[in-house]
Amino acid sequence: MPLQGEYMGMMLTVDDVDRENREFFAWCDKGEFRLQRSPKSGLFRYPPTTACPWSTDRDYEWVPVEGRGAVHSYVEVHHPIQPAFRDKVPYMILLVDLDTQRGEPSEHEALRVAGNLVTADGEFAPPETIKSVGIGTRVRMVFSKVADGFSLPQWTVDEDAEQPEAPWRYPQE
Amino acid sequence: MTLSSVSDVDASSPKHLRGRYAIAGVGETDYMRGSEYSTRSLATWAVKNAMDDAGLAPGDIDGMLSYSGNDSIFAPFVAGDLGIRLNFYMDVHGGGSSTEALIGIAIGVIEAGMCKTVAIFRSMNGYSQVRIGGTGARSAVPINGDQIHHRAYGWQSAGQMFAPTFLRHMYDYGTTPEQVAAVKVAHSRHASNNPKAYYKRRFTVEDVVSSRIICKPLHLLDCCVETDNATCIIVTRLDRARDCRNPPAVIQSVVGRCCKPRIDMHYQHGPISTVAGHYARDILFPNAGVSPEDIDLTGSYDAFTFTTMLQLEDYGFCKKGEGGDYVSSGIIELGGKRPNNTSGGHLCEGYTHGMNMVIENTRQLRGEADDSCPVGPDGKRRHTHDYGEGGCRQVKDVELTANLGWAMPGTGSAMIMAKDAR
Repeated sequence: MPLQGEYMGMMLTVDDVDRENREFFAWCDKGEFRLQRSPKSGLFRYPPTTACPWSTDRDYEWVPVEGRGAVHSYVEVHHPIQPAFRDKVPYMILLVDLDTQRGEPSEHEALRVAGNLVTADGEFAPPETIKSVGIGTRVRMVFSKVADGFSLPQWTVDEDAEQPEAPWRYPQE
Repeated sequence: MTLSSVSDVDASSPKHLRGRYAIAGVGETDYMRGSEYSTRSLATWAVKNAMDDAGLAPGDIDGMLSYSGNDSIFAPFVAGDLGIRLNFYMDVHGGGSSTEALIGIAIGVIEAGMCKTVAIFRSMNGYSQVRIGGTGARSAVPINGDQIHHRAYGWQSAGQMFAPTFLRHMYDYGTTPEQVAAVKVAHSRHASNNPKAYYKRRFTVEDVVSSRIICKPLHLLDCCVETDNATCIIVTRLDRARDCRNPPAVIQSVVGRCCKPRIDMHYQHGPISTVAGHYARDILFPNAGVSPEDIDLTGSYDAFTFTTMLQLEDYGFCKKGEGGDYVSSGIIELGGKRPNNTSGGHLCEGYTHGMNMVIENTRQLRGEADDSCPVGPDGKRRHTHDYGEGGCRQVKDVELTANLGWAMPGTGSAMIMAKDAR
């Protein structure tokens, strides 16, 4: 059975043969953020892939990774393109440097995980929250349900973390 | 911020193909919205114009290449319509950065003896059918597998996909919206001297930064135009090109779809404010035997103002991080030291996935920019080099041009062309 569900009016499908994505989203639905790790290189990778880019190893294990990090860069959409997002603007897509494996295996590499900025209970963040988030903001992962056995990782401001005084934002509001 | 230069291409051996191939003909349709032509009809129109430009008959063309994103006609239909019998053809999936890559492929197949002369076309109703901005049909396609990691988050259009790179460049180097807006200002000035351009109006920095935000840092006027059009470039060996109607633009080096690491999701490998040109330049310049300083004219892909700036910087036309200064210094304007996109490019002339920038540089190398300058009795334009509104577009004494094609931050193509020394 393919993993399938309607999310915000969009039909999302992961085919049966797409084992890597199927397993990734299924773990998310259990409330666990797991990434593939190559036994050979010992390195995690994101998003799911069919081999380890540092060792060509096709074997992998799914290992829990802490869903915390800091915003590396972002997208703030004011003009919607997809119909599903028409009543969501402005909305943000965050590209988050996970604390895990940051700067490895080389200086400028990181596990940079995408997701929308949402509230702690998974709603799209309101404009006042958007205006407080920028490069450097500490975030933690939450999950949005698509269907039984299928959830998406999302990001929310980490209330317990020490936040930068002024995260970098595009100068025009 | 520094990043080691990784060159695994041997650029030290003699480049026996440098200066051996040329663009013999170029042609395009009008730049339109609501074209009321099929992509087959548009392609036929553009290929025929390029054949006429080169003075070639159907029997002189025996190769054809095209590229598209499931939004266009395939080469065999266009060849058939024009009575061209093909010894080689291929229709490739792709958008920006395909132009230079396909020119390299054309050189390769001719060199392999598979055919003699290749017509490359891109035909699209980018406004009326499959909208290039991603709205309409393209925005509502079901989302499958790997795409979930971006499209499910409303991260889909080109502007949305590239924004993290653009913002991070501002963060890393202090680049300002006003500096980058100067790209639109320059290209709009160039377009005002291009009778073919879809948008001919001149804009100011203030116009750009006060236009509405589409997706930060992109204002409406930082984004290219969506148009309906087809374009064609004919590639052949230099000796054959010299028998054609117009002077050849001689190909000195080509880079095709050169990539950053982790191209499956390039943001994993930083610095994300660095683009593929960082790698491509180590193929482009050594193979041509020239440096950025030698280039008279650039055609840096302007899907957005930011893409022009990022590529000029990473190809080494200025120091890393100084792209904002470079594009706002006047250098890239007609009359400046190294004008960019003298046709108005994608921001103003029309959107062609890179073709019109190669067409423009070909005409510039011939000294025949099609502006409003008077035409003499010999049929040649008398260029005034007065770059005021509605005036001349021809750059003085063009010897070397560079095209810098963009697919996305992680992938780019490039080409250097020279005026025929004969």
